[in-house]
Amino acid sequence: MSTAALTHAPDDNAHDDHHHDPGFWQKWVFSTDHKMIGIQYGTTGLAFLMFGFMLMMVMRWQLAHPGEAVPYIGGLLQAIFGSSAFQPDAKGIPGVLTADGYNSFGAMHGTIMVFFGIVPVAFAAFGNFVVPLQIGAIDMTFPRINMASFWCFFISCIFMCVSFFVPGGAAKSGWTSYPPLSGIADSGALNHFFMNGQTLWVTGMVFNITASLLGSVNFIATIIQLRAPGMTWMRLPFFVWAQFVTAFLLLLAFPPLEAAGVMQLMDRAFGTSFFMPTGLIVNGAATHWSGGGSPILWQHLFWFLAHPEVYVLILPGIGMVAEIIACNTRKPLYGYKAMVGAIFVLGFLSFIVWAHHMYMTGMGAKVSGFFQVTTVMISVPSVILVTALMLSLWGGSIRFTMPMLFATAFLPMFGIGGLTGIPLAFNAVDLYLHDTYYVIGHFHYVVAPGTIFAIFAGVYHWYPKATGRMLNEFLGRLHFWGSLIFINGIFFPMFLQGMAGVHRRWFDGGVTYEQIIKPVIHWNNFMSVSAFLLGAAQIPFIINFCWSIWNGRKASDNPWDATTVEWDTPTPPPHGNFTKEITVHRGPYEYSVPGADKDFTPQTEAPKSDKAHLAAPLVAAPAH
Amino acid sequence: MSQAHDHGKEITPGTAHEPATGGDHPHFDMHLGLYLGVGGFLLVATAVTVWLSYVDFDKMFGGHGWNIIIAMIVATVKVGFVGAIFMHLKGEKKLVWQFLYFTLFFVAGLFLLTLLNYSDPIFGTSHAHH
Amino acid sequence: MQIPHEVTARPDTGLYNAKLGIWLFLASEVMLFGGLFSAYIFLRMGAEDGYWPHGLLNVPVGAGNTAILIASSVTVVLAWASLKMRKFSQYKLWMGISILCGALFLIVKLAYEWPQKFEHFGAFIKKDAIEHYEKYLGNHHLKEKGLPPRVEISGHLHEVEIAADPAEKEKLEVFLKQHDLEAKPDEHDAKLQIVCSEKKDKDGKREGIRPGVAEDLEKVPGVKLIAFELGLDPINAAPDNPESDKPHFLYKGPTETPGKIERKDVEFYSSFAPKHSSYFAVYFTITGLHGLHVLAGVLIMLYFWLPIEGGANMFKRNPEHLANRVEVVGLFWHFVDLVWIFVFPIFYLL
Repeated sequence: MSTAALTHAPDDNAHDDHHHDPGFWQKWVFSTDHKMIGIQYGTTGLAFLMFGFMLMMVMRWQLAHPGEAVPYIGGLLQAIFGSSAFQPDAKGIPGVLTADGYNSFGAMHGTIMVFFGIVPVAFAAFGNFVVPLQIGAIDMTFPRINMASFWCFFISCIFMCVSFFVPGGAAKSGWTSYPPLSGIADSGALNHFFMNGQTLWVTGMVFNITASLLGSVNFIATIIQLRAPGMTWMRLPFFVWAQFVTAFLLLLAFPPLEAAGVMQLMDRAFGTSFFMPTGLIVNGAATHWSGGGSPILWQHLFWFLAHPEVYVLILPGIGMVAEIIACNTRKPLYGYKAMVGAIFVLGFLSFIVWAHHMYMTGMGAKVSGFFQVTTVMISVPSVILVTALMLSLWGGSIRFTMPMLFATAFLPMFGIGGLTGIPLAFNAVDLYLHDTYYVIGHFHYVVAPGTIFAIFAGVYHWYPKATGRMLNEFLGRLHFWGSLIFINGIFFPMFLQGMAGVHRRWFDGGVTYEQIIKPVIHWNNFMSVSAFLLGAAQIPFIINFCWSIWNGRKASDNPWDATTVEWDTPTPPPHGNFTKEITVHRGPYEYSVPGADKDFTPQTEAPKSDKAHLAAPLVAAPAH
Repeated sequence: MSQAHDHGKEITPGTAHEPATGGDHPHFDMHLGLYLGVGGFLLVATAVTVWLSYVDFDKMFGGHGWNIIIAMIVATVKVGFVGAIFMHLKGEKKLVWQFLYFTLFFVAGLFLLTLLNYSDPIFGTSHAHH
Repeated sequence: MQIPHEVTARPDTGLYNAKLGIWLFLASEVMLFGGLFSAYIFLRMGAEDGYWPHGLLNVPVGAGNTAILIASSVTVVLAWASLKMRKFSQYKLWMGISILCGALFLIVKLAYEWPQKFEHFGAFIKKDAIEHYEKYLGNHHLKEKGLPPRVEISGHLHEVEIAADPAEKEKLEVFLKQHDLEAKPDEHDAKLQIVCSEKKDKDGKREGIRPGVAEDLEKVPGVKLIAFELGLDPINAAPDNPESDKPHFLYKGPTETPGKIERKDVEFYSSFAPKHSSYFAVYFTITGLHGLHVLAGVLIMLYFWLPIEGGANMFKRNPEHLANRVEVVGLFWHFVDLVWIFVFPIFYLL
């Protein structure tokens, strides 16, 4: 009896194999195929990344040129977003971002980038498309739940988009949505109880969280249950490990925020006081809340999610970079086992560091001390991961393909992001740096040239598998160098400004406090120009992405000469993925194995001699 | 028994090594009494919970909060029986237990660390509550 | 295309897919309710003395509902065991009972417990006015015994005394008509124009004004609330009676003992709705979310009970698959029961 026959035996022989051609709607829209759902998540997420970046470009204009109308498109913006977000300038030219508009754009930039851009692309899109292929599964464990996850996400997208167009505009209390501000904003008798920015934000988040939960259950179950015969745990590609840990983070950290979201919804729509303190006075008048709640409670529940969320943002990125580095250095990952261990420790510790975001709330020295220690501890596994990836480059014959360029750039960029975080871990230093541009610089280095570069690397790496075409190399290089230079132009000056004390929420770029920050205020202009140029650097990518679907160079089934199982399918993979029975015989990164006839040995390749067979005792004996 | 057993075999060809689930009737007959017994215990325990809540343990032991502690102990015992017997966690696979350990650890962290907030406030910053 | 391990267990994990999936889902549910329960602890620990109410819920009804859920937990596991023994008619019976129990639980909650709360009126008295209401609050008596003070007067709202601006009279009249209220000039004080009172029903029994209507009345232009007249809860009707020191097992509704509270002395008033206090906010949120879980469980169990494809009809084709499905919904159902085992004492008893 072969293991292959066992695991792939149909469980329910009363079911016929349904191989009929699905109609248009089933194939492209209401698809249960993991690859299509991955692509749906990916395109939606990339669109939101672009949208979120555009919001930021408008904000950067305002920071560099406070009170001036946005050039060329100011009138259009005012027509779209309405008079609460934009107003005419002194000369009557429309398109000056208002303070409310700035707050609203800032809050939505954060929310969209984190929950609607990076998580859907890095976790849901790549996870959906790549993970089942890499473990040799025909689909996710629960295909219909997978579809439900995407449509839940889609509903949350609609809520977020609609919220821009309700009276008062979209949510404006920051992506952290701290009460009592988030309770007061757009509430009261003059606002609709539901159709207002903040309430729509909370409702959208509840749907978004539900989508993530459905997705994470599916990912974990798939990785545990549907690994192909011979795909033992330590033969999993590192990307799969990263997704596995990420899914656990989402599964266990998101529900408390869902609970908090429901409570904030109650506060806003039903007048409860979960997060509203006693005796709240707004604009000199008492509010309608009974009081008795605690704003700190929200912060605890929010950061209980949102700190693990940081690792949800970065771990899939590290996973992708690991795959690409191994493939393009033509050698195994350095310290694969240590990396797997580190990623678990990282996931575990990420649950007990959350209150380092709350040093300023007056938690007391004992609690701050505890979180300070755990926060410093979590840098250890992070450094293990980055160091292992760095050492993997050593002695490799590196091919600087497009994915590899982005993956190599990821390492120092993520390094800067990580190292600048260490001062923030310390209570005393954080009291000064809290809410300055230093913090903005720190986490943007982690997620922008960090995760987003990893996402670009992933797009260039797996695009041939998804479409059957290669992306254009020249446009790719234009995209890469432009992005690398200008993204540093935006974020590096933030450290200088932050250390000089520039506060992250000043909507006029600090003009009001010019005396204090005079030595650094001129950087605003530099950073904004960099932002616009970064936007321009994405144009070759967008052209490349769309044009290559039909016109790119045709890709072979394994264009990168990679070892992992996803390259063992036809390109693009059909419904059901594999045309043959998959059995895994070896670890994920057997590149340049001495004595092998080529410089990569796919995981599915059976050992040639008895001796090699003995070297891999976990292989099920093929006995068809 | 035979019909069901045959059926179990028929739907799982070549899986003789897997735990047979379809065919062992006596196993489940034996459990019927257990399920009813646990149900009865839970009903009695509910009555006990109600009764205990009207006993003033604070007066009995001194201090305060004893009623809460005792009620939570009773509830935990009840939940333990529901989990062990009804959700057959007793004898459940290792994997499920691993999930549970993880989850319980994190939920405990969530409870304890938010409570620490009240144990060590900085003077003058604690917020008044109803 | 057939996903592997849909019915049979994967050898190395010993689990079929759905069972693994439901346990993962339950893990996230533990965290969800964990977040809510930690909010409960957080708010309760932060509550000032007297602001965490006791004895406002009906204990026998709650205990009865607990018993119903426990019974349904037993029957659902029996339904699963029946399927494992391939006894179909027994399965239909036990599953049917489980569904009925779940539905009964929801009916008690939605048709009796919740609406009763929305009729109940409570007013928190301002700190500087507490002394004036000693006859309803009995704080001297409580202080002697070392018990926490009372800050709220509750009961059944009978009448609302208002002063209305004659210029805006029409709007008031529209409102009164809309809400079927009677208005009569006040006999004692000529300046106050109107007392809005309840209608009497056929038996001449008091119906009272819903607290929510009083809130809306206050928003009508030109209307100023002067005082509330209510039938006091037993605890406010006899505040010094040692009987009122502790909550009772048998719930007693508002009495006919009249009480009057000046609006200016009230810090906050509402029905026993979520916005009333942290206590009711958590109570309604947790029981509401729990109720949604019960509803979901009932619907899924109904799906497996009805003779449809994917439901009970599956028995003929693949009884093991149906047994698995019932096991999975059973696990969910036991979890819902398990949450209630904690909900019942923390809201009804402690």
